[in-house]
Amino acid sequence: MRKLIIATTSALSLSLVAGIAQAEPEQYELDPRHSFIEFRVSHLGFATMVGQFNDFDGEFTYDPDNPSNSEVSVTIDTASIDTDDSERDRHLRNEDFLNVSEYPEARFVSTSFEEHGDGEATLEGELTLHGTTRPITIDVNQLGAGEDPWGGYRRGFEGTVTLDRSDFGIDYDLGEEAEEVELYLSVEGVRQD
Amino acid sequence: MALRNTRSGFGLVAILFHWLAAVLAAGLFVSGLWMTGLDYYDPWYNRAPDLHRSFGVVLFVLLGLRLIWRALNPAPAPEPGIRRWEHVAAVVVHWAMYLLLFAIIAAGYLLSTVDGRSIEVFDLLSVPSLYSGGDNLEDLAGAIHYWLAMLLAGLVGLHTLGALKHHFRDRNRTLVRMVRPVRRREPRQS
Repeated sequence: MRKLIIATTSALSLSLVAGIAQAEPEQYELDPRHSFIEFRVSHLGFATMVGQFNDFDGEFTYDPDNPSNSEVSVTIDTASIDTDDSERDRHLRNEDFLNVSEYPEARFVSTSFEEHGDGEATLEGELTLHGTTRPITIDVNQLGAGEDPWGGYRRGFEGTVTLDRSDFGIDYDLGEEAEEVELYLSVEGVRQD
Repeated sequence: MALRNTRSGFGLVAILFHWLAAVLAAGLFVSGLWMTGLDYYDPWYNRAPDLHRSFGVVLFVLLGLRLIWRALNPAPAPEPGIRRWEHVAAVVVHWAMYLLLFAIIAAGYLLSTVDGRSIEVFDLLSVPSLYSGGDNLEDLAGAIHYWLAMLLAGLVGLHTLGALKHHFRDRNRTLVRMVRPVRRREPRQS
């Protein structure tokens, strides 16, 4: 009931809502073994190439009383790009694409989070990739939260966002079908507090 | 024309091994530099690396056979007038080139196969991946492949300068006998 009231009064200022809710936001750290950052790029319009980043860490806070008070930040080791092809991965790391020696990290920091009910939400934030910072909007779906079998507490989300590579200065010509990159994020956090 | 070496010169087989390896190594060096700069839409974008890998495997087999042949044949003695240090330098450079060739081939093999993929040799034969794993091992293998190839190119330059010096300055048969096989049934020296 209380949740409902707060959700419907989300127009109130954050500080006011936080004051009413009192409870601190829950702190989570990403479980790397159950978190995935995948990307999909069209190969000439004939097929979809799927890859992922193997190394990243991140944390988020979630405020059940006031979800818009939630925050997330993730840092990705760009050299950990993996498309299951060693030669292609080398190419993706060099100056034609991610230029990982110059830009070893990509980073996402949220600026706003808005829930729409049924677990759906919109996460906005700044993505720094290839040395360029741009605002992006991620469509989020909260999959679940609760106690795990080992005494911990977990919360998981998945999200998708489509990026235009050239917005981040990654404009190696792979054909117009491959100008957009779809990111699929599946993250699970373990509660720390 | 002899197939086998004698103490005074190289046989046809050793000469063919030398020049085939030279042509293959030079071709691999040039194609490696050229193909890594190709545009995505270039007709050679996929074909050149396929051929580069295939010829790399061919060179590996050729070098193995060459070393076996070398072990089974006498080594021709240095030409008269060659100083001791020149001979020692030549031997060191020869073995350094063998070592580098094998190291470059191993690194190239790794950078293509650490993802578990095989190398297809002209679509006829598949060389399986023997080692897969290691975080971004292909980056290290790629850097080694590149820089050792540069070092080898430098040694090939030294080797070539030495051969030209023997031919044009010392006017001995060192270069000639790498081109013209020794005659059969040559009377024994000494």
